[in-house]
Amino acid sequence: MEVTISTAELLTTDGVPLKQSLRKAERRNKLRAFLLVFPLLFFIVVTFVMPIGDMLLRSIDDSQINSVFPNTFKEYKNWDKAADELPPEEVYKSLFFELANGDKRQIGKALTRMNYAKSGWKSLIKKTTREIKKIVKKGEEPVSYKETFIKINKFWGDPTYWYSFNQMVNDRSSIYYWNAVDRTYSEDGDVVLQDERRRMYIKTWFRTFKVSVYVTIFCLILGFPVAHLLANLPLRYSNLLMIFVLLPFWTSLLVRTTAWIVMLQQNGVINGILVWLGIVSDEGRLQMVYNETGTLIAMTQILLPFMILPLYSVMRVIPKSHMRAAQNLGAKPAMAFWRVYLPQTIPGISAGGLLVFVLAIGYFITPELVGGKDGKLIGSWIAYHLKTTLNWGLCAALGGILLGIMLILYWLYNKIVGIDNIKLG
Amino acid sequence: MNDASQSFVKFEKIDKSYDGEVLVVKNLNLDIAKGEFVTMLGPSGSGKTTTLMMLAGFETPTNGEIFLDTKPISKIPPYEREIGMVFQNYALFPHMTVAENLSFPLEVRKISKPDIKEKVQKALEMVELGNFGTRFPAQLSGGQQQRVALARALVFEPRLVLMDEPLGALDKNLREQMQYEIKHIHDRIGITVVYVTHDQSEALTMSNRIAVFNDGVVQQLSTPDILYEKPENSFVAKFIGENNTLNGVVKEVNGSSCTVELDGGFGMVKALKINVNEVGEKTQLSIRPERVSIDSSTSGSNNFSGKIEELIYLGDHIRARLDVCGNNEFIVKVPNEGSFSHKEGDQLNLSWDSEDVRALDI
Repeated sequence: MEVTISTAELLTTDGVPLKQSLRKAERRNKLRAFLLVFPLLFFIVVTFVMPIGDMLLRSIDDSQINSVFPNTFKEYKNWDKAADELPPEEVYKSLFFELANGDKRQIGKALTRMNYAKSGWKSLIKKTTREIKKIVKKGEEPVSYKETFIKINKFWGDPTYWYSFNQMVNDRSSIYYWNAVDRTYSEDGDVVLQDERRRMYIKTWFRTFKVSVYVTIFCLILGFPVAHLLANLPLRYSNLLMIFVLLPFWTSLLVRTTAWIVMLQQNGVINGILVWLGIVSDEGRLQMVYNETGTLIAMTQILLPFMILPLYSVMRVIPKSHMRAAQNLGAKPAMAFWRVYLPQTIPGISAGGLLVFVLAIGYFITPELVGGKDGKLIGSWIAYHLKTTLNWGLCAALGGILLGIMLILYWLYNKIVGIDNIKLG
Repeated sequence: MNDASQSFVKFEKIDKSYDGEVLVVKNLNLDIAKGEFVTMLGPSGSGKTTTLMMLAGFETPTNGEIFLDTKPISKIPPYEREIGMVFQNYALFPHMTVAENLSFPLEVRKISKPDIKEKVQKALEMVELGNFGTRFPAQLSGGQQQRVALARALVFEPRLVLMDEPLGALDKNLREQMQYEIKHIHDRIGITVVYVTHDQSEALTMSNRIAVFNDGVVQQLSTPDILYEKPENSFVAKFIGENNTLNGVVKEVNGSSCTVELDGGFGMVKALKINVNEVGEKTQLSIRPERVSIDSSTSGSNNFSGKIEELIYLGDHIRARLDVCGNNEFIVKVPNEGSFSHKEGDQLNLSWDSEDVRALDI
């Protein structure tokens, strides 16, 4: 007997294609669902996607200075550096007029940018502008603009100033990213290491990584037994324990951090007890804060709940019978733990680990307060450039690198463990 | 030979308390022979699972000793007892495949790889899951998971297998099928099984002997037929099978039988004297529904009449709920022979053999 399979389109009783009919029926629901999430979507786009996009653009944006000195830069590109020591007369001329007629505020902004490329630009241009304004006022037209400039200030005859233009003449620049990893452009436009005394980012990146890894490991070591207790104690005890775990969440981050300073400083509680017990001498008080140790201790304590909670949520659902079954099958408790219990907690370990690591790598307040000079993390530099030097391009580049690292980690994690293995609650 | 060497598993004067105030198991004495299938049957909280856990080594007896193969085992940790166990929710390890689950007990015993492979395959074939080795437990149906759990408990050739309500999570049809399967596997490999359940039909189907637990005490330990036909107290009579009860007072004791006057002046009943002793004692009479005959005048002693309260047609028989001697939950099973023509509200004449009435405690 032959079975015929109909390939014709399925129709509803009314003769409308089934799929079309289904789509129509679902449309209302889809629309409603979309309208329900729309406010949140809008909120996320405005407060999250757009700022991040803007930040990423800033990290490569160099258009402001190009709008201040468009002609100078155009002429500058014609300069044959091999043939002439100094730029051609046209460059000086364009600069003369752009400084004379330019908007003061815009020039001010551009000066800040120029100073990142080479320190000294700001005062040089400011002085020069004053002189140029005088010349323009008098109504004289210089015979040689080049000579005039050099007469105003001998630095105009120094080609190194001119070379630093190289990194600014394009609308897009990768200088901030290079700066963020202690690199800069040489006079020939090659990427070279910064001066020794200006190298601090690579060191900070490595420290940030090291601290984040250590904090994650310490959190795991400290959090695993606590989470296990939480998941297995009778309810009345585990509730109490849960309050202790959550208590830090309800306390201000600043309060906790300053509490650690009180605890750890040289005249603090811990040193006091150690001296009193005679474990350390009065002169040999331990330096536990305002350095990397302080950062590690305080961050571990502050981030511990983020490890415990995912672990707990995973452990809670592992039936107790599994450990019993493993022992019943002949495994000693340690073996049962290793082969049966631990593998089942991996979703919790990875969720907690990723969470703690992500939070740690961008942590700011705690390292800033207890970190001292050598306990500062990359977040501190971002804040420094954001608030003090106003070098937002570098800020954005540092943030962009941080974001990139996170994305790479996420990708790696997804490759190795699988993101659906994560379990937060 | 002394007693301990005859029984493979021996519970001796076992008491168990969790909080020092309530005894969960009271003075348990139980002997299980090698190769036997013994079921611990009882309502929840009756101490049967605790007893099983003590045997497996996950609970310590508060008093007494358990002997396995004549050796006391209280000091032996669970992982050295060589007792297989099927847990209530199977406790299959979700991160291991079926084959890995089965090889786990063999790996921890450091058995060689080829041997493991062979034993695992044999165990899987025993439960008819030969091709399922590479699947994960979550990819199996409830019945298949059950079989894997069974195979895992047997694969390392334990001395004894414990099963803690292993069929509780299955639907009715599958449960019945698995009952037979477990029974057949037991018959085939001859292993000693201690089975815990609260389902009396499961216990009756599978066991050589059943220990009926209530309130931490074994009420009766016997073969299924004896338990059903000759319950020794009213708990067993009520718990196993369906049971009609009539309350009364013993009026006369005559050897192994007695006469009981029913409460409410409904008359006298001749019954077997089971656990009543003297005249004047209150008693509860137990009669199985299928031992009551209707419309007959064969039996001389116990003739009563009852009003039909409800009739339920069940195909092979009709279940009649009657009001007899003040008990309106009196059930009679009438075989469907096509001749039953009574309606609800009719009076029926009932009679039963005095051998079928058991005078039990109240």
